[in-house]
Amino acid sequence: MSAPAALALSGVSFAYAPGLPDVLSDVSLEVAAGSITAVLGANGSGKTTLLRLLLGLLAPTRGEVRVEGRPQRDYSRRDLSQRVGLVPQSEPVAFELSVLEFALLGRAPHLGLLDLPGAADRALALEALERVGLAALHRRAVPTLSGGEAQLATIARALVQQSAILLSDEPTSHLDPANTRRVLEVLRMLGSEGRTVVFTTHDPNLAAAIADHVVLLRDGRVLAAARTAAVLTTERLSATYGMEVEVVQWRGRPLVVPHP
Amino acid sequence: MSAEARPRTGEERRASARLWAIAALLLAGALASAAIGRYPGPFLTPSALAHDELARNLVLDLRVPRILAALLLGATLGGAGAVLQMVFRNPLVDSGFLGVSPGAAFGASLAIVFLGGAPATVQGSAAAFALLGMAASYLIAQRIRFGDWVLRLVLAGIIVSATLSAATGAVKYLADPLRQLPDITFWMLGGLWAITWRDVLHMLPVVLPSLVVLHLMRWRLNVLSLRDETAFSLGVAPGRERLIVVVAAVAATAAVVAKAGQVGWVGLIVPHIARRLVGSDARRALPASMLLGTLFVLACDDVARTVLNGEIPLGLLTSFVGALFFLGVVVRRQVAVRS
Repeated sequence: MSAPAALALSGVSFAYAPGLPDVLSDVSLEVAAGSITAVLGANGSGKTTLLRLLLGLLAPTRGEVRVEGRPQRDYSRRDLSQRVGLVPQSEPVAFELSVLEFALLGRAPHLGLLDLPGAADRALALEALERVGLAALHRRAVPTLSGGEAQLATIARALVQQSAILLSDEPTSHLDPANTRRVLEVLRMLGSEGRTVVFTTHDPNLAAAIADHVVLLRDGRVLAAARTAAVLTTERLSATYGMEVEVVQWRGRPLVVPHP
Repeated sequence: MSAEARPRTGEERRASARLWAIAALLLAGALASAAIGRYPGPFLTPSALAHDELARNLVLDLRVPRILAALLLGATLGGAGAVLQMVFRNPLVDSGFLGVSPGAAFGASLAIVFLGGAPATVQGSAAAFALLGMAASYLIAQRIRFGDWVLRLVLAGIIVSATLSAATGAVKYLADPLRQLPDITFWMLGGLWAITWRDVLHMLPVVLPSLVVLHLMRWRLNVLSLRDETAFSLGVAPGRERLIVVVAAVAATAAVVAKAGQVGWVGLIVPHIARRLVGSDARRALPASMLLGTLFVLACDDVARTVLNGEIPLGLLTSFVGALFFLGVVVRRQVAVRS
């Protein structure tokens, strides 16, 4: 047997309160270390709930989540945050932290309650900003950044966190095409460096663009989970979205075209 | 990339320099405050202190404890304001929020009307109800079933504050209009005229540890100002850690407000000025808020005790100056309110 999966769910169901219907039912899947996985589904299919379960923010009603082979509940919050990082959909910042100060917050899992970040932490933050292409903006206030830059700053913060697994909820849903591409390129770079990336999206073309694997969710159930080309087929997607779509091959990747 | 840090940015150096300048100004202000006052001339010279025993006693027994109380009051209100604004992600919050000040006002009125009105009783009751106001807000927030932690606490704080204000109104209505009502009014105006060494020693054991805890956790406050989900993903226990800093801020506030009455607007306005001067990172913004709060209260108290023959209530001055300042800040668009 090779190395354990980065993330594994076995028989996971989740309801927000007893008596309410399950948002996820009997989900079992494995995310291989070093892969990019897209969780694809329509609005309300349970994508965000799945991500919150992987993050540990929610505990499954039934079933088990394992992180790097160990049950998630055996990790302390601090240990878990050193392994699993989050890039949220958008990050409202109430105060005008500079981009550098913002990225530096990623050191929190590695620092104690009363610690201040030091020179080495600062160097890591600057390095991460360089990697996502924001080094020149490190003195700017985060609220003055464009949507794409803000998202890259959030990714930089997750890099500073140095977790091997990165979860991202709709990382590009509010970005224009150019910024979407910048963010996707950074995510692809992280994947090629051996980080495990799991992101949610309702856009199949986003999944087609960078994901190695796709998990197709509908009504809280896994419809398919396999290599991208195997999941993104005309029949499957038409069934998932409840509308006619066609999958064509374009530059070696699937491209999903809705029928007019 | 080596672990060696690059040099700090110009902004960071300037911000640190400003922080030290504020501290130096504060030290000078505190020393000057000991010398000014109505005895009988406006200034005491060092030679007067050396030869005049009455002047020496005046400084040591009245002015020094009053200056120390102003320092504690200002540092607490400024620091607590900065902490609460960050933790609630709302730049328009201060310790009046969460039922703290309304609780203190109710406790003081209650003691004046029904418990004899001795100073110790009034202070104890004010502190107890300030903490009770906060506890009630917290317990109600836990029972609200929608919104995130911040929204729930804001709603609970509004409910508790309104209830306590109504209760204070009822107590005032029942008060003896010739003896008790003026006492309540004076307490609410706020002031440090009655402060003694004993009062300072009563405040210290609560205020000092609370401010030290907040200061030590200052970088962490940045993380606690993020949304719950993000804070969680950074290994923080958002609810528990916010509770620690809120309790520290509120306990210190209860201790100083019980002695000094309602001294408004310091906690709201000072953190804004501090952030303008040294940036929003709480590593500098929190100490700057404490120092500036102290400077502001000290200056207002100096005016309160020297300008007129009688005292001007301190709370009146801080509210008036604070509101004007806030107007200036808002009109110049230096406050950005974001959700």
